[in-house]
Amino acid sequence: MATKDKELGKKTEQKETAPSNVSASKPKFVYIKRYWQLYVLLILPMVYFVIFKYIPMAYVSIAFKKYSIVQTLSQMPWAKNHGFEYFIKAFQNKDFIYALRNTIFLNLLDIIVGFPIPIIFALLLNELRFKAFKKTVQTIAYMPHFLSWVIIFGLAYQLFAPANGLVNMLIHNMGGETVHFLDEGKTWVKTYIGLGIWQSFGWNSIIYLAAISGISPELYEAASVDGAGRFQKMWNITLPGIRPTIVVLLILALGNVLGSGFDRPFALQNNLVMKNAEVIATFVYKYGIKGLQFSLTTAVGLFQSVANVIFLVLANWFSRNMGERGIL
Amino acid sequence: MEETSREIHSLRTKIGDWIIVFFCIIIAAICLLPMINLLARSLSGSDFLIKHEVYLLPKGFNFDAYVTVLKDPKYIRAFIWTVILTVICTFLSLAMTTLCAYPLIFPALKGRKAINIFITITMFFNAGTIPNYLLMQKLNLLDNPLVLIIPGCLSVYNMIIMRSFLYGIPDSLRESAEIDGASYFTILLKIYLPLSKPVLATLALFYAVGRWNGYSDALMYMKNKDYYPLQLLLYNILNNINQVEVSTQEGFSTPGLQDSLKAAIVMFSTIPILCIYPFLQKYFIQGVTLGAVKE
Repeated sequence: MATKDKELGKKTEQKETAPSNVSASKPKFVYIKRYWQLYVLLILPMVYFVIFKYIPMAYVSIAFKKYSIVQTLSQMPWAKNHGFEYFIKAFQNKDFIYALRNTIFLNLLDIIVGFPIPIIFALLLNELRFKAFKKTVQTIAYMPHFLSWVIIFGLAYQLFAPANGLVNMLIHNMGGETVHFLDEGKTWVKTYIGLGIWQSFGWNSIIYLAAISGISPELYEAASVDGAGRFQKMWNITLPGIRPTIVVLLILALGNVLGSGFDRPFALQNNLVMKNAEVIATFVYKYGIKGLQFSLTTAVGLFQSVANVIFLVLANWFSRNMGERGIL
Repeated sequence: MEETSREIHSLRTKIGDWIIVFFCIIIAAICLLPMINLLARSLSGSDFLIKHEVYLLPKGFNFDAYVTVLKDPKYIRAFIWTVILTVICTFLSLAMTTLCAYPLIFPALKGRKAINIFITITMFFNAGTIPNYLLMQKLNLLDNPLVLIIPGCLSVYNMIIMRSFLYGIPDSLRESAEIDGASYFTILLKIYLPLSKPVLATLALFYAVGRWNGYSDALMYMKNKDYYPLQLLLYNILNNINQVEVSTQEGFSTPGLQDSLKAAIVMFSTIPILCIYPFLQKYFIQGVTLGAVKE
């Protein structure tokens, strides 16, 4: 009996689909008898997803309703303007417009400045011949990824202190003026982008290194025989070899252009730079959880989630039209 | 003739090698210097900090700042609480991740595709901060220490890493057990888990780092200061929130000591992770690579 079932399982394995061909009534009983344990294992994770991921989706309707703390979700009256009152209010809110603008601006800067760096770093590492040295450089470069944004703020706060921070002391020694890295809007943006790169470039290079190691060594050997130099090999073999990886990561980054993590901007911002530093996530925290404007901030959150999905689909569609493999 | 051109070629390669080594050293230095500077400041005398004399080596070497931190029950308490929290979260998350990933590797499991879609949707569509907050309110989790444990106990990304790893274990290993009539629980415990040690180490690191470094959930859901994780306490100290409480303690009024004290607190709250991650390098590289596998 067991072997027969196994064969059935094997057949479907090759087809990579759920076995709808385990037909008739008796096999169904056999099927449950065999597989019930797997369903039991799945119960807890499924309960988790329903409660913590899907029930909040029901609360999204608050965006279209007038929130009240004493009423249940269905009792709350619909908002004005066919339910879109809070979306309109959000776009009339100056702080939100700043947050929206900053979110897009900072994310685009992250992509333009930060995206190529892990690729270049991976190419450099790939050229290192001395294994122990390569591994040491890698270990050091991965370190910032393991620091929390609060700690990175702590580091930056000490490093960039206007009076006695290391960087400003060096600038003073060279006869320069004090640079306010963390409390002057435009400079803050540069610091924010720089710290983001510092934290992530090493970690992000892992995936490119993995892709590079998947390139067939024969290609390099053939190129060497033909007399290709280091840069020719990089340009003609390595980069084309990791192109699919680059495209996928670029799609994901572009799809997230309206997304914003909370930890990084919140840890780095302060009242002096808010005009440049407020992003959607921190806006929602301040207006929603601190200011209790639940309907407005839920509307903002919904706008952000929907826009993210749209951007992702668009980026994916665009890359497919350019002849690349998409992610969806 | 040919000889010399080959020599020139190899010379060029050698020079190129050294230039690359040079760049790599600079990159590594950029990564390390902020930490070294912080360490120097935390170990320096306060007058040298005020006089702007501390660069990369401590001046007026002393452990005063660390002594102050270690004497303060506030930090010790937060440190121990964060350790407990991290350990609980890591084990719970590993269990949940295994429970979720293991059944999904059986192609014969009915509804597998639907379950995969059900899970993947949550990766791309997030309800948002406020709906999550209201859910915590509804579940009576606000101000409850469980709020720092349960909502984050299963990450889809990590589940996919685990699933990819389990896929890589040859079917033949479990097939003989299946023929012998072993249950799927037994197969998980006796065959899959022992072989999954590398991926479990990877995910343990990811979950532990996530919990150790996370502060936004506590910021949003936790008002009771007793349950603040170390990072949130650190955030408040760095931003001089609750300054009154701090400045009443002896010695805090001098700006120099305050700087070295802040530096010491930052070091104190990051050392555990810095001590662990280099030993797991092999594993987390594999983890990232597995996470990139498109199913």
